[in-house]
Amino acid sequence: MSAVDVLAEQPGPAAPVLERRRRFRAIRGLPLEAKIGAGILVVLFLAGLLAPLIAPYGQNQLDLANIFSAPSSTHLFGTDGTGRDVFSRTLYALRLDLAVVLVVTYPPLVVGVLVGALAGYFGGLVDAVIARIVDTMIAFPFMILVIAVIAIVGPGIKGVLIGVPIVAWALYARLARSEMLVLREQQFMLATTALGYSKTRAIFRHAVPNLLRASLIYSTLDMVVNLLLLAGLAYLGLGAQPPNAELGSIIADGQGTLLSAWWVATLPGLIIVLFGIGAGLLGDGISDGQLRGRLQ
Amino acid sequence: MLSYLIRRVALAVIVLFGLLVATFFIIHLVPGDPVRAVLGGAASPQEIVRVRHQLGLDRPLLDQFGLYLSNTVQGHFGTSFALAAPVGQIIGQRLGPSVALIGYGMLLAVLIGVPLAIVAALRPHGWVDTTIRVLTTVSFAMPAFWLGLMLALIFGLKLGWFPVAGYSGGIGGILRTLTLPALALGLALSAVVMRTLRSSLLEVLQSEYIEAARSRGFRDLRVIGKHALRNSVMNTLTILTVNIGFLIGGTVVIEQVFQIPGLGSLLLESVQKRDYQMIQALALLAGTAVVLASLAADLVQAVLDPRVRLAGR
Repeated sequence: MSAVDVLAEQPGPAAPVLERRRRFRAIRGLPLEAKIGAGILVVLFLAGLLAPLIAPYGQNQLDLANIFSAPSSTHLFGTDGTGRDVFSRTLYALRLDLAVVLVVTYPPLVVGVLVGALAGYFGGLVDAVIARIVDTMIAFPFMILVIAVIAIVGPGIKGVLIGVPIVAWALYARLARSEMLVLREQQFMLATTALGYSKTRAIFRHAVPNLLRASLIYSTLDMVVNLLLLAGLAYLGLGAQPPNAELGSIIADGQGTLLSAWWVATLPGLIIVLFGIGAGLLGDGISDGQLRGRLQ
Repeated sequence: MLSYLIRRVALAVIVLFGLLVATFFIIHLVPGDPVRAVLGGAASPQEIVRVRHQLGLDRPLLDQFGLYLSNTVQGHFGTSFALAAPVGQIIGQRLGPSVALIGYGMLLAVLIGVPLAIVAALRPHGWVDTTIRVLTTVSFAMPAFWLGLMLALIFGLKLGWFPVAGYSGGIGGILRTLTLPALALGLALSAVVMRTLRSSLLEVLQSEYIEAARSRGFRDLRVIGKHALRNSVMNTLTILTVNIGFLIGGTVVIEQVFQIPGLGSLLLESVQKRDYQMIQALALLAGTAVVLASLAADLVQAVLDPRVRLAGR
């Protein structure tokens, strides 16, 4: 368990998958906070995706006549010590950071859910071994492990791409396994055995779609945690190396001039906070909706 | 009870062994030759051979692991290359500030999170509850180092209440130098404490004995304070211990923001100097702290709460 486990207020095992039509209604019927959260995330992902098109300046375009100019209509987030436009840099950094966040969040989710589902379904020795490996992975403080990986492979995004998935799958495996333990005793799963379905079909067609739900809810928080980790590493100088900027490295650039040019460190940080709020609202909203659904 | 204890301790030992295996490979996964990487290009071949031998890197892998295991168990963590001193000794010198920072951060997380949870649970889904929930979402979303910078800007540079860098020991020194760092570290955790405690309070508040207390006319605050909270204390303790790893990771960044000479900054220096012995020892120490903390929490819980130790599976 970790900070985010608790924040996610883990929902119990989900009800069997809804039919397609009911699923659409479920999206339309999402609570307001989930819609607001999803809206914030869509805007930020679009901003990152379209950064080269919408950024008013290049990310490393110097303008020595305009150093440390305060936020204005020409420079929304002001400029830094070499006259670079902080807003444009933030957009490009967002693009890089969000791409990395997606890569280190969702592939491990798939691996973790599958491993957890298999462990939970079969039990026995395989389950015991997997559970101990998961315990070990989770026992490592995440940050320390990723820094150790970076110490091995050298600073840069590569360390994050290797280090985060090493641990991240384990959290989903634990979540999926505990859900599977409950799920496999339920009527519809017992029915798959009675009907003589193969184990493969029972697991992949009937159990996994139900396990995915909790993991997807949890993944909204996992994205926040990964973005924060990424920002922290970039702040420490262990992330993407110049000329590429990350949100954390822009903030680090602004640390020395915090008093005279507060905007350089402050505004990119607010973008991170905004992402966290969006993901938090979305996660809260969908888990609330799910709870309501079960009560009905 | 005894069988629960034995099973729980055995689990911890297995995980600790896993940590040993994982950290052992740190030095062996370095691409190319770690010795050459440490000594730099200028080292002579004889020098490299000598250092390899000194580190035992010329032996078979299994031998090396056996040596690592027996040395670690005896408390020998090897010698730091970069600093030319025993790793254990250096870690001892830098341990104090980090432990103080983590302890202070936890304390603040409890002092902020618990009262907010109680207020929120008194009127669930009311406006106070909603406001607190939004605030905790925001505080969880803030990068700790960024929050640290903002605190330093406002309370350090503008208002001048606290220094923005450095560390001094003693209660007064810690209060002066570590308050801002501990707040930056603990605020996200306070959000976790608040959320978990709130939902566990709400759950307890629906149970029959609380209804009984209420029907006897006890006031809300007394019901929560005397009856419900007592049942939720263990939950809070568990949250704090499972998040030790989160706090340890956080100290690396926060120590950098506030220039605190603790283990986090030692880790960063070691990464820059490619001091693999030190990195290995620090990673092992961090993992061990997490395992022992969660073991301690489970054991305390077993002693205090009969439901846990009798629920054996």
